[in-house]
Amino acid sequence: MVSIALQRTRSIANGRLGSLLLLLALCVVLVVVGQRVLSGGLSFFIQILVFGLANGAIYGLVALGYTMVYGIIELINFAHGDLVTLGAFIGLAFFPIFGLVEGKDLGLIGVAALAAVFLIAMLLTGGINVLIERVAYRPLRNSPRLAPLITAVGMSFVLQGIMYLWKGAFQIHVPDILPGSRIPLGPGASVGVKDLIVIAIAVVLVIGLNLFIDRTRLGKAMRATAQDRDAAQLMGIDINRTIAATFFIGAVLAASAGMIRGLYFNTVNFSDGYQLGLFAFTAAVFGGIGNIQGAALGGLFIGLVKAYGDAYFSSAWTDVYVFAILILVLVFRPSGLLGMRVPEK
Amino acid sequence: MIRLRNVTRDRNQLVYLILIVGVLLFPVLAGFVSPGDSGNYLLGQAADAGVYVLLAIGLNVVVGFAGLLDLGYAAFFAIGAYTYALLASGQLNSSPLHHAVHLPFWILLFVAVIVAATAGVILGAPTLRLRGDYLAIVTLGFGEIVPKLFLNLSQWTSGVNGVSALDYPSLPIWIEGPWVGSSLSIVRGFSFAFNSMAYYWLMAILVLIVVILVSNLQRSRLGRAWGAVREDELAADAMGINTVTTKLLAFSIGAATSGFAGVFYGSKLSLVSPENFSFVVSVTILVMVVLGGMGNIPGVIVGALAIYYVLFNVLTNLPANAKGIANAVGLGFLNRPAPGGWPGLEQEVQRLNFLIFGLILISIMLLRPQGLLPSRVRKEELEKGVAE
Amino acid sequence: MADQVENAAPADRMEDAAPILQLDHVSKRFGGLLAVDDVSFNVAKGEVFALIGPNGAGKTTLFNCITGIFSPTEGRVVFEGRDVAGRKPHDVAELGIARTFQNIRLFGYMSALDNVRVGQHVRMRAKLWDALFKTPKERREELRVTERARELLDFVGIGRHGDDYARNLAYGQQRRLEIARALATEPRLLLLDEPAAGFTPQEKVELMQLVEKILGQGITVFLIEHDMKVVMGASRRIAVLDHGEKIAEGTPDEIRNNRKVIEAYLGKSA
Repeated sequence: MVSIALQRTRSIANGRLGSLLLLLALCVVLVVVGQRVLSGGLSFFIQILVFGLANGAIYGLVALGYTMVYGIIELINFAHGDLVTLGAFIGLAFFPIFGLVEGKDLGLIGVAALAAVFLIAMLLTGGINVLIERVAYRPLRNSPRLAPLITAVGMSFVLQGIMYLWKGAFQIHVPDILPGSRIPLGPGASVGVKDLIVIAIAVVLVIGLNLFIDRTRLGKAMRATAQDRDAAQLMGIDINRTIAATFFIGAVLAASAGMIRGLYFNTVNFSDGYQLGLFAFTAAVFGGIGNIQGAALGGLFIGLVKAYGDAYFSSAWTDVYVFAILILVLVFRPSGLLGMRVPEK
Repeated sequence: MIRLRNVTRDRNQLVYLILIVGVLLFPVLAGFVSPGDSGNYLLGQAADAGVYVLLAIGLNVVVGFAGLLDLGYAAFFAIGAYTYALLASGQLNSSPLHHAVHLPFWILLFVAVIVAATAGVILGAPTLRLRGDYLAIVTLGFGEIVPKLFLNLSQWTSGVNGVSALDYPSLPIWIEGPWVGSSLSIVRGFSFAFNSMAYYWLMAILVLIVVILVSNLQRSRLGRAWGAVREDELAADAMGINTVTTKLLAFSIGAATSGFAGVFYGSKLSLVSPENFSFVVSVTILVMVVLGGMGNIPGVIVGALAIYYVLFNVLTNLPANAKGIANAVGLGFLNRPAPGGWPGLEQEVQRLNFLIFGLILISIMLLRPQGLLPSRVRKEELEKGVAE
Repeated sequence: MADQVENAAPADRMEDAAPILQLDHVSKRFGGLLAVDDVSFNVAKGEVFALIGPNGAGKTTLFNCITGIFSPTEGRVVFEGRDVAGRKPHDVAELGIARTFQNIRLFGYMSALDNVRVGQHVRMRAKLWDALFKTPKERREELRVTERARELLDFVGIGRHGDDYARNLAYGQQRRLEIARALATEPRLLLLDEPAAGFTPQEKVELMQLVEKILGQGITVFLIEHDMKVVMGASRRIAVLDHGEKIAEGTPDEIRNNRKVIEAYLGKSA
């Protein structure tokens, strides 16, 4: 029967044989893509690689937020993607105050100002998310799963609505203040300094997050709560505070991703969060939901998929690829790349 | 012992009664309210609202009865609509097939049901064993992929332009009489084109049929199995219920209803294009089900009508109404654009749609998660769940 | 009152030669933990067989291996001559094994009657078509099912509570409802997981009388239980599990005096 065959397939997929098959599938994909790559030339390949990594870094930062919240309260925070956009909006509002305008050279003071804006946007978005958790999700912690999920969808709409009211429906220009120079790689290909900056910022943040989770008490509390909430509570951990902290950090990362994205693409729009969020969630699932390193790697992977998909194939189909990946991973290997074997109930 | 279920059942019967009376009287009222076009515009709107009612009933089977969160329900709606579009128009002339297909509306109702149900099985078979939230995301992915496929396969579907000039339903013979202002006679080749009254009654009949069929299911072995699986899947399994098959049936029956709705939608609008099946549509239907009362058929009908009214009447008219109200209460100055970016009250209110939608969803879940007309089961379940 | 429990007659049936259930070197491993370790025994048709042992001995895990919730890592579970190890729970139920749960898993928000009707699901014949159109066949079956559900509720002694929500029933009534629901699947082997937990002595007597009645229907009863009086009084044979291993098997008298069993319960100080 179909169901038995499927069950067998999935137990295989989740085991060592499954990992092997996954690698095999990746090789097949590489071969297919490889043909296009060869025709485009190596330099172009590397240019897209760096571009993909930069995008992937952004997805990774957002995926981290998804994975942390899911790990701790098993909620897919639908509104997370919109926090990214919100962070960008907030940061944007402070640009003129700190003298960050287009055309001016950045300089040391400029960098400091940018850092300050980053900090403000991150802190404010973090605070807003804590508020959201307190008001909209905490009361539903004991409700059937459907309830917080629907609330999260509603919250996403509310955030988008607020941003729509704030800045309207059109694309909003973000001042182009990052250095625009490019490093030539070969005939017709180059790597942007922007790409490298994005990657650098993301790496710093991820390392910081890892240190935080590993070394600090709050980080340990988060890990404990994610593993077994009741036991953690019995050990004296303040669950509410830990969960609030998780939402805060997730939003901080989301806001940083939003700022980076705005500075990179020089544009934001109130509805960006939806698709960005879905892609980032795919990344989190691919890497193994609940797993921090997995989210980061998943983000890079999806960034590369999108970059190569757009570059070598028609961009209309990229969405389909990414969602197909999402569905395939969830069906055949729900534990993702690095995640633990997720029991089905 | 409180006989809660009898109270609920009586209330449900009362709601059904009101709905039936309402449906019968509506054409008369419409004629009174807008005599200019004999109420045709309102009748047309009511028929359109009926599409959402069908969709809500279908999603209710999936979410309300079986407890599976489907965030991509519009995909099945799209499948039903495009099935009609491709098989009842000249579209396939310009496709690699080079031959148009014009099946009659009545046949296509069945065809679309089968196609959509099959799609439900295809989606559900590998995914229904997933946990609730994962399943929700998978359905969301499906809800994204399907319209995208229709968009991208433009050789067959004309992509972003959509498929237009769809055939109108027609009957070989029909009776016309004093209700449309002519003498009693038999008419050949009766077409539904631009005939709001005909669409209205057709929709009423379709809704009636679906309500009866789905209610029958609810009170059957399958309906109980859905309730058991929703409550405690492990125990249901241990009692001999094949949980995967049970969920699959919910999925495909929900999908089939959607296909049904899609055919009517295509035949009335005479145009089908990918952007009408976006995530927002899926969420809209979900809001209707949640607001009306998950698991309760009369509830979701009321929910669908209420949300339809809010979306397509109140919110679209709100800008003009707000302007009028402001003027009336002496706040007329708000209507004029002012320096500093205030675009005038009318524009501002138009921007509120997203916000209002989201606020409705959140308030329902926080304040009255069982919806307006809860089923007896949900009322107990959800009331206990909201933490203090 | 206590006497009544001791003197309630144990099942005294002529059993068939072929056992209804055979556990053949069954083991269940969870990662590093060996929850069930090479357990073998037979349950004869028509008897009351009890599985006892200290908490955490692996008894419920063994039940779960029999009913398909877990798949044994090793060994065979032979029911009426057929190996059912690794089958899904609904298949096992269809084959004729029903169970109750240690922590009572009723469908709380359905009525008692509906709970029992759900139990009959696996034996009903109505198809989707019949349900959609409410054919006479379906209507007849629904009447029959409701009739039978009421019979079963009467059988276990809660006939008056058919229309109450399962979650609103008293504890003892809930346990009995779970048994009625399990009986609705028309099993030939009934697994009861701690059916007497939390019962008053009077309720325990009634439970044992109910077990008698169930036996009278030709159903074999296999129970996990902690209350020694119930176990000794009701069962014909007993197996004892400790740390996943079977450490003894025999009649109540044999078990009562078994050194290993006493040590397992009381510790090795004796």
